[in-house]
Amino acid sequence: MNVTIVDYKSGNISSVINSFKEVAKDKVTIEVTSDLNKIKSSDKVVLPGQGSFKSCVDALNKIKGLTDTLNEFAITNKKPLLGICVGLQMFADIGYEETETKGLGWISGKVSKIDNQNGKFKLPHIGWNQINIVKDSKIFKDIENNSHMYFVHSYEFVPNDKKVISATTDYSSNIVCSVEKENIFGTQFHPEKSDRIGLKIIDNFINL
Amino acid sequence: MLKNRIIPCLDVKNGRVVKGINFVDLKDAGDPVEQAKIYSDGGADEICFLDITASNENRDTIYDVVEKTSKKCFVPLTVGGGVRSVEDINKLLNCGADKVSINTAAVENSKVVIDSSKKFGSQCIVVAIDAKKNGDKWEVFTHGGRNNSGIDALEYAEQMEKNGAGELLVTSMDRDGTQVGYDIDLMSKISSKVNIPVIASGGVGNLDHLVDGIKLGKASAVLAASIFHYGKHSVKEAKDYLDSKGIPVRI
Repeated sequence: MNVTIVDYKSGNISSVINSFKEVAKDKVTIEVTSDLNKIKSSDKVVLPGQGSFKSCVDALNKIKGLTDTLNEFAITNKKPLLGICVGLQMFADIGYEETETKGLGWISGKVSKIDNQNGKFKLPHIGWNQINIVKDSKIFKDIENNSHMYFVHSYEFVPNDKKVISATTDYSSNIVCSVEKENIFGTQFHPEKSDRIGLKIIDNFINL
Repeated sequence: MLKNRIIPCLDVKNGRVVKGINFVDLKDAGDPVEQAKIYSDGGADEICFLDITASNENRDTIYDVVEKTSKKCFVPLTVGGGVRSVEDINKLLNCGADKVSINTAAVENSKVVIDSSKKFGSQCIVVAIDAKKNGDKWEVFTHGGRNNSGIDALEYAEQMEKNGAGELLVTSMDRDGTQVGYDIDLMSKISSKVNIPVIASGGVGNLDHLVDGIKLGKASAVLAASIFHYGKHSVKEAKDYLDSKGIPVRI
């Protein structure tokens, strides 16, 4: 089996690469590439994302054919895909960071700034927070409810259909921090930086 | 609920830990990778490396350390010391650092913070402020505390937030190394002034100081070096203590 981490120059992905390689050991091949053919032929795809919603969407669009290839992979062929942080946010129809920007539109909804209640809550939301698992998700196998995950973000994904939400976290309100829609998975937190419990989520994804 | 973070800091010089944990079972007490792993296994919420390498020819040693550490520790890794340019930041991030802290360069050239936060995202840009009290205000020092910029630390903190810093690492130079506790006044004033998280640093001598940094200093995270050295306290002890004082921590 091979898992491809999409390298579309969206900032720092070395931690994602390190964590997947740590979990995969020799059993699974981890590719890091933006090569369209390699993405098409891989069994699973990881879509990381750092920086702003707009900068990530722009970076995706800069690579000719990448969005189409990802659409084909996740929507047409329904192969497993995991979005991390802004990688998850890009599933939305639209994002409002910097300026209004169209997302991939895979899970209907929007990405807007976390309500900091007039400065009561600091932004970015940085650090370890507990996740409240609201539905069974395949990536949460053997993950206890209220486990701590590492977060760093100022924007949140607000999906229209609440049934896609698999976990939320409490920071000024209930923020969506994990989604599952058929073959599409996403985490707002960083499993690659969430210690052993985060590596377990990566392991679950690899073993889907 | 978001937890307050405990961040052990390791001083690294020429690729070796200068002051570190002195456990008997350590194979190599000077190996930063091994020390970082002990901290992350012990529940550290993040690891911080401060590169204090003086000579330019040994600068590259930190990249090797970061690369090896990031393959073994799966908690956030912050690296600071000698970061001068966007290119330096790029190199550290590529080696596996999750955040880079910028000190002197942020004072001398505001473009470094503006450009790097645009390029890599605010989440990985930490501005380190070394502040020293002068009368009723604090001034920002650079070059490892050798030069006084004369800049007001509170105004500077606000400016750095505007420039795109994701966090501020605030060190009281008056307290650093004294073990008498954080400069609570400085921490709480800066924390109230900005909307980004503040990491308190400088002066920790016992576990109550960590409690004060969070409760009174309003810091989101507390950084300490020497109390974790020589096994005086483990990260786990620190967390249990904070927990017993009603401070939310990841246990």
